[in-house]
Amino acid sequence: MTAERPGAATNGRAGTLVALAALIAAAIALPWLLRAFGLDFYLSLASRIVVYAIAATSLNLVLGYAGLVSFGHAAFFGLGAYVTAILITEGVQSGPLHLAATVAVAALVAFVIGAISLRTRGVYFIMITLAFAQMLFYLANSVKGYGGDEGLSIRARSLFAFGGQALDLKNPLALYYVALAVLALALVALARFAPSPFGRAVLALRDDDVRAEALGFATYRAKLVVFVVAGALGGIAGALSVNLQGYVSPNALHWTQSGTLMVMVILGGVATVWGGAVGAAALLLLQEVLSATTEHPEFWTGWVLLAIVLFARQGLVGLWTARRPPPLG
Amino acid sequence: MLILEQALNGLQFGLMLFLLAAGLTLVFGVMDMINLAHGSLYMVGAFVAAWLVALTGSFAIGVVGAVALTFVFGMALEIGVLRTLYARDHLSQVLATFALILILNDGTKMIFGNDLPLSAPAALAGPVELLPGLQYPAYRLLILAVGLALAALLWLLVQKTRMGALVRAGASNRTMATAMGTDIGRLFTVVFGIGAALCAVAGALLGPLLAVQVGMGENILILAFVVIVIGGIGSIRGALVGAILVGAVDTLGRTLLQHVLREFLPPQWASAAGPAIASIAVYVFMAIVLAIRPQGLFPARGG
Amino acid sequence: MPTRLPRHVVPAAIVAAALASVALPASAADKVKIGFVSTLSGPSSALGIDIRDGFLLAVKLNGGKLGGLPAEVLVSDDQFKPDVAKQLFEKNVKRDKVDFMTGVVFSNIMFAALPEAIDNKVIYISPNAAPSSIAGKDCNPLFFAVSWPNDAYHEAAGQFANTRDLKSVYLVAPNYQAGKDSLAGFKRTFKGQIVGENYTKLGQLDYAAELAEIRAAKPQAVYIFLPGGMGINFIKQYVGAGLGKDTTLLLPGFSADQDVINPVGAAMAGLFNTAHWSPDFSNAANQKFVAEFEKEYKRVPTLYASQGYDAAQLIAAAVRDTKGKLEDQAAVLKALRAARFDSVRGPFKFNTNQYPIQNYYVRTIGNDGKGGLVNKSFNEPILKNHGDAYVQSCPMK
Repeated sequence: MTAERPGAATNGRAGTLVALAALIAAAIALPWLLRAFGLDFYLSLASRIVVYAIAATSLNLVLGYAGLVSFGHAAFFGLGAYVTAILITEGVQSGPLHLAATVAVAALVAFVIGAISLRTRGVYFIMITLAFAQMLFYLANSVKGYGGDEGLSIRARSLFAFGGQALDLKNPLALYYVALAVLALALVALARFAPSPFGRAVLALRDDDVRAEALGFATYRAKLVVFVVAGALGGIAGALSVNLQGYVSPNALHWTQSGTLMVMVILGGVATVWGGAVGAAALLLLQEVLSATTEHPEFWTGWVLLAIVLFARQGLVGLWTARRPPPLG
Repeated sequence: MLILEQALNGLQFGLMLFLLAAGLTLVFGVMDMINLAHGSLYMVGAFVAAWLVALTGSFAIGVVGAVALTFVFGMALEIGVLRTLYARDHLSQVLATFALILILNDGTKMIFGNDLPLSAPAALAGPVELLPGLQYPAYRLLILAVGLALAALLWLLVQKTRMGALVRAGASNRTMATAMGTDIGRLFTVVFGIGAALCAVAGALLGPLLAVQVGMGENILILAFVVIVIGGIGSIRGALVGAILVGAVDTLGRTLLQHVLREFLPPQWASAAGPAIASIAVYVFMAIVLAIRPQGLFPARGG
Repeated sequence: MPTRLPRHVVPAAIVAAALASVALPASAADKVKIGFVSTLSGPSSALGIDIRDGFLLAVKLNGGKLGGLPAEVLVSDDQFKPDVAKQLFEKNVKRDKVDFMTGVVFSNIMFAALPEAIDNKVIYISPNAAPSSIAGKDCNPLFFAVSWPNDAYHEAAGQFANTRDLKSVYLVAPNYQAGKDSLAGFKRTFKGQIVGENYTKLGQLDYAAELAEIRAAKPQAVYIFLPGGMGINFIKQYVGAGLGKDTTLLLPGFSADQDVINPVGAAMAGLFNTAHWSPDFSNAANQKFVAEFEKEYKRVPTLYASQGYDAAQLIAAAVRDTKGKLEDQAAVLKALRAARFDSVRGPFKFNTNQYPIQNYYVRTIGNDGKGGLVNKSFNEPILKNHGDAYVQSCPMK
């Protein structure tokens, strides 16, 4: 389906591999690099970027690849955080149990929301996913037993036991590497998904689902599968987030959070493997730099985003790939 | 008596919501644009009103001035930035208008500070006896009066004027309207300006009751979207009915529900659960409308 | 947005971070570093601003020093958001390596941010929020409340209601820990009947629904705990709804201090409220404080400002008594517990749970002689040498 111009592509691919290897090495070495400069305070920022990269990547799956403009994705992120926080509050510290519960709850809720919402399309789909997320937001506000609108603080974190060793996510290093591993897995999975038969079918129905349906493809079921997987991954990001922050509040489910995730995806590059990660890193770093240098970081963030919408339609990843000639076809 | 007073509160809230929803439904219906920054226009209106009232000492001048300035500001925004988004997909519109929220929020903070005080005019600070035993704040009666008057005015505008006819044509079938030679560009600008002006009325009037602060638009924006989905995108009548319904469900739900919940929940829980359930009910209501009648209660869109 | 990171004393912090890479002890012994995080924007910003101004006034009056050491106060705004406060605490504790944290106004915000200090062995001096849980079973040697226990003003008000022979009261408070504490405090001392107990959303500003309920319940008096902007709006709307005529409005000092009196105006005249401090206290420390505050900031200080001032004085006393050796935390804690400073409220001492034992007074809002209104206190305290109901559950002795 896609032919590649021979010479240019091999050079391009070699360049990409080198860049990738350097990036991976830097990511792994980051904690030590930070410590060397006395900047180990910034490890939590790095971890936060990784966690949001996972969340944005999960949204990219549903938004970019399946073309479903879900305005309620923060709900899954928040659910994952709350499930983990509630379990810890009730004395359950087992990491694997947190993971299982998070995935189960997020997937189940995604199934229910998806099953109903996917029967609509266009702006109505956007509104109904938003509605469900808001319902969960108000639900979180109402459970006084688990903090309500004051939010829930946790003192302990998830514990993973291997043989005799224990991996406690209270340790910032442990958290960083676990999150990094999850992100790596997610990116690899996404990279394999896109060119796979199922992946290409999903992309096809994003572009024209009437035709896809006419060709006998089970569009509804395919979209639902993607929606559920994305929801589960979003939940995992939330679980990691609450381990990082030690605190979750209903704000994690608010529509402005969903909006922020969408901004990250669009900023990074819709329907690209790295889009979510790049967008998350770009937005969070931009905010950090701006808040250190101006009184009004939001103002300048807004202008940067506006510029990207108006002038860089393919997002940052698009800017990168545009440097090399694109594959034909 | 209690129910009557709460019903008036619900109506007052609903009418203010209508002012926001009216502008939003027109923009969405006629220009097919998702404008997340609509709530920011409400905020701008409130800030300008507070500033003018402090400057001139007159509440009336403050409100009227705010409406006029926000009308102009809205049109400038449309010509300057939003026009380029009509041709783009909804996703790009979401991102761009989300960016606008950030710019407008911080921009307002830079010019006016994080919040400004705004008080109701002293003449309206007391209650009015509507019925023996029912005292209702005079200021809220003003809000009700203005809301109803504007609803009537808008109805007249849309049903009886040439511009209204163009808007209705544009809302139901844009390509046809363009083909028939209407200057769509100018129409869009004016429609957007009117939407902004309506937001300013709501912002200025609600300012004394809530607080004029940066970010005040974000919560009410979502409710406005819910209203127009329920009412039907592009329909003023739908926006009015939708807003009053939402206002009623929200207010009555909040208050009556608490009485019921208090029977079997401790007061802190009842107080938290009541408003939460009322809010959830609004969204459930919208979901039901979408399920049964996806076009909304009064669909404006034709073929 | 996931993070709203407001402007901070960053150039200094970047330098500090660079310096931190060189091995330095946790606190540089040549100055005392204090992280001040408070609500400095939004409808309730007057509270945080006053605490800050009171705190900084104390530093200024001591020549920029506390207890003999130059004081560096890093001020930042939590924007009334728990997540933001948490991140600011983290920055102050981990990046700036402060010796003390202080400043937070609201209990819910403090609960979210406090672990960042406590878990990293940094002392927290609360100039305001002092919840019942930390007075009791969750008490902590690193936590000092220089203000009052959350319930106290309300216990005083309940007692005052008894002396006024009030038989039925309707209660309103925001739905968070301090709100719960407040009404629990009132109910602890009040002997009459509670005809209604309504918890509103924290930050709520439109009280039409609640006022309609109050009217329907027909109580003799209404007691509210609605600090900051919440109280301002409630009282204005209360008057607007015509409730002021038949129902007595009883207030804690939080809803009847200068930050509320100024915006609400004449409607406040004659209202009674309870507090641990009043601007007209005649002790020398207070006279100096009020005079200097009015000179510096051109306004009458609120009780929040007095708490900020006292917090700074407490830290100064600890620094002085340990001769600046802040690395010896045990000594610092001992000095803090001894609390040898002249509080503007009069005599000050800590209970075993590190919450104050003090008097509480009734105040009434009267003419200040210049066309405005101000609080005036009654000489005889309504509660004397009063601690709190939770100290028994605290393991610290």
